[in-house]
Amino acid sequence: MSFLTAVTEWAAPTIDYHALAPEIVLAAGIVVVLLADLFLREDRKSLISPLASTSLLAAFIPVLTLALSDGPRVMFDGRYVIDDFSLVIKGLFLLAGYVVVLLSADYLRDGDYHFGEFWFLMLSSLLGMVMMASSRDLVSVFVALEFLSIPAYMMAAWRKRDPLSNEAGIKYYLLGVFASAVLLYGMSLLYGITGSTLLVDIGDALVGEVTAIRSLAVLFVIVGFAFKVSAVPFHTWAPDTYQGAPTPVTAFLSVASKAAGFVAIVTVVFTAVPGLKDVWQPVFWVLAALTMTVGNVVALRQTNIVRMLAYSSVAQGGFILMPLAVAGESAASGQALRAIVTYLLLYAATNLGTFAIVIAVARKTRSGEISSYGGLFGYAPGLATLMTIFLASLAGIPPVGGWFGKFAAFQALISAGTGWGYALAVIGGINSAVAFGYYGKVMREMWMKPAPDGDTTPIEVRPAIAVALAITAGLTLVLGALPGLVVRFGDLAGLAGVVGG
Amino acid sequence: MLLNQFLFLSAILFCIGVYGVIARKNAVLVLMSIELILNSVNINLLAFAMRNGNADGHTFALYVIAVAAAEVGVGLAMVLLMYRNRRSIALDELSEMRG
Repeated sequence: MSFLTAVTEWAAPTIDYHALAPEIVLAAGIVVVLLADLFLREDRKSLISPLASTSLLAAFIPVLTLALSDGPRVMFDGRYVIDDFSLVIKGLFLLAGYVVVLLSADYLRDGDYHFGEFWFLMLSSLLGMVMMASSRDLVSVFVALEFLSIPAYMMAAWRKRDPLSNEAGIKYYLLGVFASAVLLYGMSLLYGITGSTLLVDIGDALVGEVTAIRSLAVLFVIVGFAFKVSAVPFHTWAPDTYQGAPTPVTAFLSVASKAAGFVAIVTVVFTAVPGLKDVWQPVFWVLAALTMTVGNVVALRQTNIVRMLAYSSVAQGGFILMPLAVAGESAASGQALRAIVTYLLLYAATNLGTFAIVIAVARKTRSGEISSYGGLFGYAPGLATLMTIFLASLAGIPPVGGWFGKFAAFQALISAGTGWGYALAVIGGINSAVAFGYYGKVMREMWMKPAPDGDTTPIEVRPAIAVALAITAGLTLVLGALPGLVVRFGDLAGLAGVVGG
Repeated sequence: MLLNQFLFLSAILFCIGVYGVIARKNAVLVLMSIELILNSVNINLLAFAMRNGNADGHTFALYVIAVAAAEVGVGLAMVLLMYRNRRSIALDELSEMRG
């Protein structure tokens, strides 16, 4: 029984507490929030949301100190790595979480859904995402994925008496669990072929010929992750879940949860299966082309703004998948990784901003229809201008943020210099033009149409929403005007020991 | 070597599970089908661990069991919520949203 002798020779690993500090601070925050919910009186429960946002900001401090210190830090035989890539991604998750806390506080109080457990679940989900950024082992990738997903299922079904929210939660749950089961089957095959769960060891073992069992393992893993990032044809849960879930939760799912899925794809693809590029490059090519096209075409005929943004987020996922279709070519792999990280950062800022506006406007109009945005410029010029900026950024119009993400993705495709890369770039280009159709529809409503019911009382923007808008709009504008800043983040993003350094 | 038989069993369980997820309309039966897939994964992991001669597969299987328990806990709570609001757990009736 060789594995039993291995167990008896076990020695405690050394733990680098500085490297784990963001996770530890976040875990402490989770405990504090849970205890506060238990012991605070009912009328003091509104103190819990500042506690949650404080713990997120506190977790941000060690991320900064780690970024300034020498990296990469490797723990547990390379199963948990804190490198520049993971630090940038951790920063992204913590900031996105902070903005979502700002968006949720008033929404939950207004809707009489002010429960402390919500913050507990959200912080737990964020801890799972922060762990995902450092996971370099099949087991820790799987545990982090479940850790971030299980609380998210409950958050999607948060409005207990609302059948729409029920439906959103159940659809998300069933497809999410099914996807992780398929993913696990693929992971068990990967472990079986290579004899290791460490991603780097798997990468070393999976070189050379493409056999049926290897292709099958990679395919199952990709399908599992494709559900998570709502890539077509595995996107069917996304529009229903996004529409039915509480809007701040939708913002959380469409930005943080999706980014976590992409982080998982990137770590597995770049470290575990780079040798099988002939298997996964065509798969990602098809997924990217389908996701962009279907997302955009269906978004064109939506009348509900949240549902439209759901399909828009599906389509944006297609653009983020684009560089993966050429990521195996040595000329393009570094650039593909940079493009994905850059796109994720810009997309997070812009999409969270869009949802902040949707929440602010829905507080007054009590409607999710695109037509309820009529005349917005007349009575809320500030919100209408910001919404225009965010939509332009999503559509990829310079000089606001989003264009640079698309630019980086196209650059990665072109730098591969293959026919497939050029073909996908052409499909992506057509799709960017189509996308302007539905983003432009909302802009036209805001700027040209009259208010639908003639109600032009100004919209009161709560302070928390105003802060969220300031953060997201600031990032969108600054990063669009000075893309050099985000390129620096992208350059940092080399996965330790795999691409760059 | 017994590996093939184990893998064959796990593949059959996996297929039954996938069929159940796709074909069943009852939420609890879908949950049970997902459990079948997860258990086929565990069989795979343990069979491979015996062949590879290391404990990684055993550890992985323990994690899968623990996480599956957490998943089913949440899933049953949601099915209960659905039953309270609708007096039915038929998944094909979940169609408030379309388009």
